[in-house]
Amino acid sequence: MKQILQFISLVGLLLTILPPVFFFLGKISHTVQDLLMLIGAVVWFGSAVFWLGGKAKTKEKLIQ
Amino acid sequence: MKIATISKKLDALYEFDREPVSKNALQGIGNFLGNFAGEHVAGTEFVIGMLFVAHGVSVTDMFLGGLIGNILAVLSWAFVTTPIAIKVRLSLYWQLKKICGPVLVFLYNIVNALMFCFLAGAMVAVSATAVGIPFKVEMPTLTDMYPSSVGWVVTVFAVGAIITTFAILGFEKLARFSKVAAPWMFFIFLAAAISSFPRLGVETDLSNFWEVARTKIWTGTALPGQSQFTLWHVIFFTWFANAAMHLGMSDLSIFRYAKKWQYGFASAVGMFLGHYVAWIASGILYAAATSDAPGEVAFQAIGIAGALCVIVAGWTTANPTLYRAGLALQVASPGWSRWKVTLIAGLITTVAALFPALVMKLLDFVALYGLVLIPMGGVIFADFYLMKKFGLKDYYAERMKINFNWAAGLTWFILLAAALVMNQVVGIELYFLPLPAWVLAVGLFVLLSKIYQKKAVL
Repeated sequence: MKQILQFISLVGLLLTILPPVFFFLGKISHTVQDLLMLIGAVVWFGSAVFWLGGKAKTKEKLIQ
Repeated sequence: MKIATISKKLDALYEFDREPVSKNALQGIGNFLGNFAGEHVAGTEFVIGMLFVAHGVSVTDMFLGGLIGNILAVLSWAFVTTPIAIKVRLSLYWQLKKICGPVLVFLYNIVNALMFCFLAGAMVAVSATAVGIPFKVEMPTLTDMYPSSVGWVVTVFAVGAIITTFAILGFEKLARFSKVAAPWMFFIFLAAAISSFPRLGVETDLSNFWEVARTKIWTGTALPGQSQFTLWHVIFFTWFANAAMHLGMSDLSIFRYAKKWQYGFASAVGMFLGHYVAWIASGILYAAATSDAPGEVAFQAIGIAGALCVIVAGWTTANPTLYRAGLALQVASPGWSRWKVTLIAGLITTVAALFPALVMKLLDFVALYGLVLIPMGGVIFADFYLMKKFGLKDYYAERMKINFNWAAGLTWFILLAAALVMNQVVGIELYFLPLPAWVLAVGLFVLLSKIYQKKAVL
């Protein structure tokens, strides 16, 4: 299950980084780029939250 | 409030880590790499890279100065902070208490808490620049010092209220969310920079990138109203952006879990992803934008995902900061519960966030933050390495059971006063003061201890 979630998260990151590359290369419009990146954000947070971010140490950095 | 009460409350707050870290609690390098990667790709990065451009940093200064400054920061963690951390294995609080006594640590805690409030305030303001976009709020510009519109005030109060509420509820879940957000935020920085290339006229084969970088991004000429930065500014700012954590020793609390001193080099991940790549990326997207507000700048580059990133980045930085400020201030309050103290801290934070100067002068604030706390790092360094060599006693406050080690206190006060004079009278910029302050703190603490430690040591 974890591996599937990690794969979905990877897709989210790819949807974040690839659209600007395609926009830069003139393959897609700015609007499409923005839409794909928004989908990427939803996919990333929707999947990574289940496998990334173990229990945090709450007090170890009280004085920074 | 009685000294004994203050001391008791402080001890209770840090009770769980009173003893040195045991062998079985030590952590692998992966934890440190993850911690640094997550902590240093934050809301501040959006602003710092942008302000470098505004201060007229040249392309060579940006790339070379950033490289040198970050290397020096990593070396500071690896050769100064971590070796002490793995030998003592105590948090900054307990280490300072043994040297300085409870009253001086209390003062340090309060100063630190106020600094936290202002840092969180800057992040509330950064988030507000994105939250205000759909409501067409008039955004502050680089030279704005005071609230620019009623819409801005309302937006900041709304963001401040939400962030304070979450800080009151505790920040463990949010810290986990922050871990989840970190990789995505780094990709967003990169993505926004790439997306800005066409607007800057970068060719698709990148053949003219350096030319564009030199003439349109890091031009070497400061914007009107901004001071001119040089290579030295970039090196010193980059080196001391986390002065409180490395030479200021607050990361003793982190590296006491390290198996080897070499784990200090893990800081390179945070420095080069956050304080190099992300700063360069935010400079690029600012140069292509028509606004000075980070939220608007990111929105212009990559739409809602960009604005979302600014909100998330500001929020995930502000929340733990505000939580820590609340905890630190709790010690000073007359028996108030944590939620009340955090509410007060949130109010201070939100009022501070109303002033765009906090964001637009973030470089000065970050330098000031490091400068104020760095002398105590010098005191810890001298106590660890030099006291015995000079025939003096380390952990003097603990040995003598005193509440206030005047040698440490005077070292801190004298150096802060000297830094104030050097800045206000002589005109030396804040960025250049942390290094001499740290070096002088080491020497002054030994000298003052020579005079102060005349009493017989138990």
